[in-house]
Amino acid sequence: MANMTLVKTPMPEQDPKVRARNFKEVTLGYTAEMAIEEAGRCLKCKNPKCVEGCPVNVRIPEFIGKVAEGDFKAAYEIITSTNALPALSGRVCPQESQCEAKCVRGIKGEPVAIGRLERFVADWYRENINEMPEKVPSNGKKVAVVGSGPAGMTCASDLAKLGYEVTMFEALHTAGGVLVYGIPEFRLPKAIVANEITKLEAQGVQVMTNMVIGRVLTIDELFEMGYKAVFVGSGAGLPMFMNIPGESLKGVMSANEYLTRTNLMKAYDENYDTPIIKSKAVAVVGGGNVAMDGARCAMRLGAEHVYIVYRRGEAEMPAREEEKHHAKEEGIEFKTLCNPVEILSDEEGRACGIKCIRMELGEPDASGRRRPVEIPGSEFVLDVDTVIMALGTSPNPLIRSTTPGLETNRKGCLIVNENEMTTRDGVFAGGDAVTGAATVILAMGAGKKGAAAIHEYLNK
Amino acid sequence: MYKIARKVELNANVTLMDIEAPFIAKKAKAGQFIIFRIDDKGERVPLTIAGYDREKGTVTIIFQKVGFATIALGNLNEGDYIQDFVGPLGKPTPVEGKKKVCVVGGGVGCAIALPSAKAFKEAGAEVTVIIGFRSKDIVILEEEFKAVADRLILMTDDGSYGRHGLVTQPLKEMLEAGEEFDEVLAIGPVPMMKFVALTTKPFGTHTSVSLNPIMVDGTGMCGGCRVTVGGEVKFACVDGPEFDGHQVDFAELMSRNSVYRGREAEVTEKHACRMEAMGKALIK
Repeated sequence: MANMTLVKTPMPEQDPKVRARNFKEVTLGYTAEMAIEEAGRCLKCKNPKCVEGCPVNVRIPEFIGKVAEGDFKAAYEIITSTNALPALSGRVCPQESQCEAKCVRGIKGEPVAIGRLERFVADWYRENINEMPEKVPSNGKKVAVVGSGPAGMTCASDLAKLGYEVTMFEALHTAGGVLVYGIPEFRLPKAIVANEITKLEAQGVQVMTNMVIGRVLTIDELFEMGYKAVFVGSGAGLPMFMNIPGESLKGVMSANEYLTRTNLMKAYDENYDTPIIKSKAVAVVGGGNVAMDGARCAMRLGAEHVYIVYRRGEAEMPAREEEKHHAKEEGIEFKTLCNPVEILSDEEGRACGIKCIRMELGEPDASGRRRPVEIPGSEFVLDVDTVIMALGTSPNPLIRSTTPGLETNRKGCLIVNENEMTTRDGVFAGGDAVTGAATVILAMGAGKKGAAAIHEYLNK
Repeated sequence: MYKIARKVELNANVTLMDIEAPFIAKKAKAGQFIIFRIDDKGERVPLTIAGYDREKGTVTIIFQKVGFATIALGNLNEGDYIQDFVGPLGKPTPVEGKKKVCVVGGGVGCAIALPSAKAFKEAGAEVTVIIGFRSKDIVILEEEFKAVADRLILMTDDGSYGRHGLVTQPLKEMLEAGEEFDEVLAIGPVPMMKFVALTTKPFGTHTSVSLNPIMVDGTGMCGGCRVTVGGEVKFACVDGPEFDGHQVDFAELMSRNSVYRGREAEVTEKHACRMEAMGKALIK
C-alpha cells in the first residue's frame, strides 16, 4: 500500500538566517529513511507521465521502486542508464514544470518529490560507492566537444561510452561551464561537479582547460587535427545590459561577472585573491534564476540590503518558485513592477542609487505575459552602491565568427537540423548555444541527442 | 601547467618571461593578449603579448611588478610552472595596407608596442617609433626597437637619456612639419594614450590605442572590460583591445580602472600577514 500522505516528505534545510551569511548548501538532502518514506508515495503508474515530462526520460517509477526497497545502488544504475549527471539534475532541474508537473499524485496534494529522490540516490552513490566508470576500448575515432557545461559533459560521456576518443575543450581554467562559474556553491557544491569531471576522465575523456575555441583553434583546425566530428556546447555566455545612463559606473556589473568572481573565483573565500566589491546595498535587475543567484550571493557577501528589481509582477518572474522562496526567506527584498531608468553617480564615479519607474501590467505581449507599462511620474530612487544586471545572456559570437558556413538566427543562436547538425557538415551543436539561455537539463538532453547523432553520422 | 622557459629582468621593476604554451605560440599575433593565473587561488590577469616563437612554442610576456599577481609572478624563476595561461585573446593589430605608421610606446607599454612595430614592418610599412620612459634607468628594449624602426626617437621625462620631454612632443613636431601617417598606434599608460590621441586629432591622423581594462574571462562573458567608444559600449576583450583613440571615453576608462583600488593593497597586506603567520609557525 502506497504512502498516501498528501505532502512531500520535507527535506531539511539550513536555517535562513544562518545560511544567508554562508556559502554552504542550502538544502541538506534526504536521509535514507526519508527517501524510503517518500518513495512510498509513488503509485508506480503503468503509463508513467513523469517519464514523458523528463527531457532525458529517466525511468522514474523504476528507480523510485528500488529506493522504496532500499536498493539504492540499483536505483542509481536505473537513473544513470539515461541520465549521466543525476547529482546535478536532482538539484537544479525545474522538476515542478517537468516530471513532477505530470505526477498523478499532484492532482490531489503534492507530487512525489522526484527531484529530491534523484538527488538522494546520486549523493548516496557518490558518498558510499563512487565507483569510477571504466574506459571502453577505443574505436579509433576522435570527436571534439567544445564547452564543458551540462551539454558538453553529457555529450562527451555518451560518446566515450561508445568508444570514441573524446577531447572536451573549456575556455576557462576549470571545467564545468555554467555549473562552476554561474550556479553558486550553495545550490550546487563544486565538489560534485568536479567529481563528474573526474568520472569523465576515467571514461577516457581528455579535458583541456584554457582553450578558447575560435581563438586558439578554430573548428576547421579541429578537423585538420583529425577530429571526425565536433559538438559545440559553448552555451550562452554573452551578458546583456540595459543601455541606460550610468551603466558604466563603478559598482555596476553583469551577473556573469559578479557570479564568476564569486563562484568560479571564490571571492567569498579569503584564501583567494579575487577582488569583489564590498557592497552595503545591492540592486539586482532581472527576475530569473540568475537574478536570484546574484541576489543571494550579494547577501552572503555581507550586503545589508539586497533588492530584486523586476519590471513585471512576481507571478511573471521566470525564476523557479523554490529560488524565489529561498531568496525571500534569506531577506532579499522584491521590488516588482519597477524598471530602472538611470543609475546615479557619486562624485567618484561610483554608483550610489538606482532610479526606477513603477510599472503596471497591460495587455499580453508576444511571450504571453502581460506587458509592463510605465506609470508616468512614479520615479523613485533606491539607495544602492552596487547594481547587478541579470537580464539574460546570448550565445558568444567567437565560434560563429571564426567558422565559415556556420549559420545562426537573428539572436546569434546556432541553427541545427532535426539531427542536431549545424549548417556545417560534421559540426553538431546543442544546449544554450542553440536555444539561447535555458536550463541545465535541456542542455543535458541536447548533449545526449548530439552524441547519438554524431554516432549515427560517423557510422553511415 | 605552463613552464617558465626563460626569465630576464629588463629593469628593476620590469621582467620578461617566455612561457611554454605551444598552442598559443602557434596562433598569437601582435596586439593580442593572454590571461595568466599563477595558482589555484590567484587572480586572472590579462597581459598583452610581447612576442612569440612559433618553433619553440613559447610566448613572451613583459610585465611591471605593480600588483600582487605580477609581483608574485616576478618572484618565480626559470623552470617554475604557472597554473593557467590562456590566449591568444582579442583582435590582432590591423597592419595590412598601411604604408607609413608611427608607433608610440610609453614605459612598460613599449613591450607590447614592439611586436606591433615589427608586424607593421613585416607588412611593408615605413615605421617611426617614439618610446618614452621616466628616466634612463628604466629604458627597455632600445636595441630591439632600433632593429625594427626606420626612425627611432627615445624620450625621457627627466632628460637623463635620449631627448628630454614627453612622447607627444616629437609626434606633434612631425605632424606640424607636414608628415602624414596612415596610422598612429599608442600603447602605454592611459593618460599617455589620451594625450597622443589629443595630439593627432587636429591633424585627422587615425590613431589606435591599446586598452587593458579590468576583466575576468577575456572571452566576452563578464563585460567587466566594457569601454565607451564613440558613444557605444564595447568589450575590450573581444572587440579590442585596440580602439580608435579619438573615440574612446578615457575619463570613464580611468574611473573604471580604479574600481578595486585599495583592494590591491589589502591583498598584499593579507598575504604579508599570512606569510608572517607561517613564519611564526616555523619558528615555533
